[in-house]
Amino acid sequence: MSSDVHTHDPAHDHRHGHAHPPHEAAPERLGYYQVMEIAVRELLIAKNIFTAEDVRRAVEAMDARTPAQGARVVARAWTDPAFKARLLADGTAAVRELGYDMGAFRLLVVENTATLHNLIVCTLCSCYPRALLGLPPDWYKSRAYRSRAVREPRAVLQEFGTVLGDDVELRVHDSTADMRYLVLPERPAGTEGWSEERLAALVGRDCMIGVTRCRV
Amino acid sequence: MPLARRAAVADNMAAEESGMRQHHDMGGLPAGPVARQEHDYALWEKRVDALMVLLAERQLLRVDQLRRNIEALAPDAYDKMSYYERWIAAITLTLLQRGVLTSDELGRAMAEIEAREARQ
Amino acid sequence: MSAVEPRFAPGARVRVRRADPPGHIRTPWYIRGQTGEIERLCGAFPNPEELAYNRPGLPAQPLYRVRFRQRELWPDYAGPAADTIEVEIYQHWLEPAR
Repeated sequence: MSSDVHTHDPAHDHRHGHAHPPHEAAPERLGYYQVMEIAVRELLIAKNIFTAEDVRRAVEAMDARTPAQGARVVARAWTDPAFKARLLADGTAAVRELGYDMGAFRLLVVENTATLHNLIVCTLCSCYPRALLGLPPDWYKSRAYRSRAVREPRAVLQEFGTVLGDDVELRVHDSTADMRYLVLPERPAGTEGWSEERLAALVGRDCMIGVTRCRV
Repeated sequence: MPLARRAAVADNMAAEESGMRQHHDMGGLPAGPVARQEHDYALWEKRVDALMVLLAERQLLRVDQLRRNIEALAPDAYDKMSYYERWIAAITLTLLQRGVLTSDELGRAMAEIEAREARQ
Repeated sequence: MSAVEPRFAPGARVRVRRADPPGHIRTPWYIRGQTGEIERLCGAFPNPEELAYNRPGLPAQPLYRVRFRQRELWPDYAGPAADTIEVEIYQHWLEPAR
C-alpha cells in the first residue's frame, strides 16, 4: 500500500512535508460505486464494447431530452384535432411524426377531461416516458410516491396542490410492463387563439405525469 | 362492502402479515409525504444511465435482468443506496452473470482507480 | 415470434391469481387476488419473468390493461366510487372471474 494514501486533512499537512495548494476545496473522494462506474466503463472501452465517444454522445442525447418535447406533443394535440385523434389511437406512431422515437416501448397517451383525471406511477421501479420527458424527478422514484400513488392518490395530488372534485374520476396507471404513459392535460381556459409555441410553454413536466393541471 | 369483497380484502391483509411481499414491490404500503426536492444529476449518474443504454443496444444486458438484480439487493441495501448506485451495482452484476467481465479484472481496475485518485 | 392465443376480450371480468413465486415478478402484490375488467389487449410480449434470467421468454404472453375500482382494492379508500386504477398484467396471471 502506497504511503501516499492518506485522508486529506489540511489542518495537519505540516506533518507530511509536502505542500498542499492553499485553501483549495478538497475534491470529494469517489464513493465505492463511483469507482465501480469508472472501472466498468474503462474495462468495456478497453474491450472495444463501445468507445468513450459513444458514452459522451449518449450522455449528450440524454441531456437533450427534456419535458419541452412532451410539451410540444401536448401543444400540437391541443391545436390540431386530427393529430390529437392519432395521438390517442397510437401514441408511438403519432410522436414519431414530431421526430420522437419511443424505442422498444409503446406510448399510451391518456386524456384528462372535465370528468377524468389521469395519474402515472411505476410502483415496481421507475418506468417513465424518458424519450419525451427526459430523466424522471427524484420524487417519482421515491418510496413515498410509489407506495401511496396507488392507494391514496387524492392525498398525493393534494401535496402537489391539486384538488379534484368528487365528480371527477381519478384513474391511476401503474406502468408495470412495456407501455409508457403521457397525460394529455386539459387545455386551460383563456388560451383561445394562442400559438403552439405559447401553449407549449404552459405545459410543465408535472402535468404530463398527472400530479398537477396546466394553468395559464 | 359486500361479503365476498370483504373476504378478498381480508385475505390480502392476512397474506400481507405473513410477509411474502418482495421489498421493491411497495404499491399500497403506508409512507410519509412525498419529498419534493430534486437534485441535478451528477455526471457519473448520467454515465451509469448511458452504460445501461449502450449495453442494452448491444444486447449485452436486458433491462429485465437489471431489474431482477436490483430487486435481489438486501432490503437495507436497497433502501440505503441511491438510485444510480443500485443501477451500477446491478449493471455490474449482470455483466458478471453474462461473463462480459470477471470479478478479478473488476477488482484490479477498481484498486487501480482508487490509487490513481489518491495520488491526485 | 411465437405467441400464446389471447383468452380475454375487452370488458371481460378477470381475477388476478393469488400466487407468490420468487424471482422477477411484474404483477404487483397489491393486485393479486383482486377482480377487475379487461380494458384492452396491449399485444403479446416475451415474458419478463424469463427475460430476467436471460432466457427468451417465449412463447410471448398476451398483456392486458386491467381496470380495478379503488374502493374494491383498499378497505380505507377515501375517494369516490368512480376512482379506478389500471395495471398491465400478463395473461398467465389472469383467470376468468366467477
